[in-house]
Amino acid sequence: MAFVALSEAEKVYIVHGVQEDLRVDGRGCEDYRCVEVETDVVSNTSGSARVKLGHTDILVGVKAEMGTPKLEKPNEGYLEFFVDCSANATPEFEGRGGDDLGTEIANTLYRIFNNKSSVDLKSLCISPREHCWILYVDVLLLECGGNLFDAISIAVKAALFNTRIPRVRVLEDEEGLKDIELSDDPYDCIQLSVENVPCIVTLCKIGYRHVVDATLQEEACSLASLLVSVTSKGVVTCMRKVGKGSLDPESVFEMMETSKRVGKLLHTSLQSVLHKEESLGPKRQKVGFLG
Amino acid sequence: MAMEMRLPVARKPLSESLGRETKKHLVVPGDTITTDTGFMRGHGTYMGEEKLIASVAGSVERVNKLVCVKALKTRYNGEVGDIVVGRITERRRSAEDELAMRGFLQEGDLISAEVQAVFSDGAVSLHTRSLKYGKLGQGVLVQVSPSLVKRQKTHFHDLPCGASVILGNNGFVWIYPTPEHKEEDAGGFIANLEPVSLADREVISRLRNCIVSLATQRMMLYDTSILYCYEASLPHQIKDILKPEIMEEIVMETRQRLLEQEG
Repeated sequence: MAFVALSEAEKVYIVHGVQEDLRVDGRGCEDYRCVEVETDVVSNTSGSARVKLGHTDILVGVKAEMGTPKLEKPNEGYLEFFVDCSANATPEFEGRGGDDLGTEIANTLYRIFNNKSSVDLKSLCISPREHCWILYVDVLLLECGGNLFDAISIAVKAALFNTRIPRVRVLEDEEGLKDIELSDDPYDCIQLSVENVPCIVTLCKIGYRHVVDATLQEEACSLASLLVSVTSKGVVTCMRKVGKGSLDPESVFEMMETSKRVGKLLHTSLQSVLHKEESLGPKRQKVGFLG
Repeated sequence: MAMEMRLPVARKPLSESLGRETKKHLVVPGDTITTDTGFMRGHGTYMGEEKLIASVAGSVERVNKLVCVKALKTRYNGEVGDIVVGRITERRRSAEDELAMRGFLQEGDLISAEVQAVFSDGAVSLHTRSLKYGKLGQGVLVQVSPSLVKRQKTHFHDLPCGASVILGNNGFVWIYPTPEHKEEDAGGFIANLEPVSLADREVISRLRNCIVSLATQRMMLYDTSILYCYEASLPHQIKDILKPEIMEEIVMETRQRLLEQEG
């Protein structure tokens, strides 16, 4: 993660503030910063989304390509994640500096999607053992302002919601050769159902309490964090502890309960924004990068 | 527990919301300012092929025969006598330094100081030869563009709302709780790590959000503008100040009050 240097007195100020439920910017321990979500920002992808959470800026693009299914799962398609920490985000990411963080985030994304119900992989299959859709999800970190995992998971869910996969038909001719036919209408697509796609809620332990959506300064004061991936129904799909400090099992339980509460609210807000954007139709005013 | 997600809204150009009649003459590097050779060149300009060309992006200012370009967003250029707030990033590793300074200042500490001299490459040397400068204790740091900090007689302000602020010329603004009694003998190098009261914290957080709003809307920062912005923000909750529509409303009110006060 990008590190900020803080003096001892500043850290003490932040820690005491969190104990009293008043953070530096006036938020409570369970409040998020204002989030801006926009989909369909990159035109040559199957789906894309951009999420701005305070100073954190994430861009996700999804490309659907045809390939062969994995040997152990011949009836399913799959997702591939790649995370690029751009040098724009912070000077530490220059050259190969951002690679470690990128692989860590990509591995976390693989883990949270590694279950039967997050994405309906069977719908990505075209013909068993021969053809399937592979969704390449590319995450680009434009600016780093704390709470990367949450923002990335929101952006991935929004991009998957926006993904349009062309409808194909498999035709068999007399000799048994299969041919794949793409429909003529460019808008004839299938949409993925993202109801069960989980979102990550990061809880940072600061002092005796834990905070949601930590800024870079707050992350510097916290020794241990818990990443919990929660679906819209409040089901936890995966959990991971980061940081060199230790967590009491009771506080782990409390943090999990908080993450389920906050996660459900996160999903309902995201769903309402995505549906609102969809209802504005294809003629809506796109803000994009120069707005 | 609060969570707000929204669709992005395109930013309106500032001149529209200000309703200015006279538009500023904006230039980018390489633009011709004037072909009239009777002017004297100021900062941000150079003479090339019989015309005056801008070397920075900003607005053209003309005072009689002097033409200069004031950059809108620039790295801090030190001047002698400026007050700055700075963070220690690196230090000399010599024996006398270890003996003398380690006890007082560590890497990562914030200090307030005055610029003593400026070198030709732009580096500045600082001094803390007065009891009002020194190590900064508990508080909040806000980083804004240096061009937004107005040059004034004093940069240390004790605001009537209950907190104090140091407006560094380098764009680092330090907000801290007003000390109850002036500690003349300590000289500011021993940090007070006792918990700050909740009331003081609320004032500091509100000030911090107001300063961030003013900086986002490109308003000049000085004690009066910060105070007016604080007062305009009182009807709202502290965490709501950073929402785009409330930020615009508060800054608009501040701007109007400042115009009334001048006119």
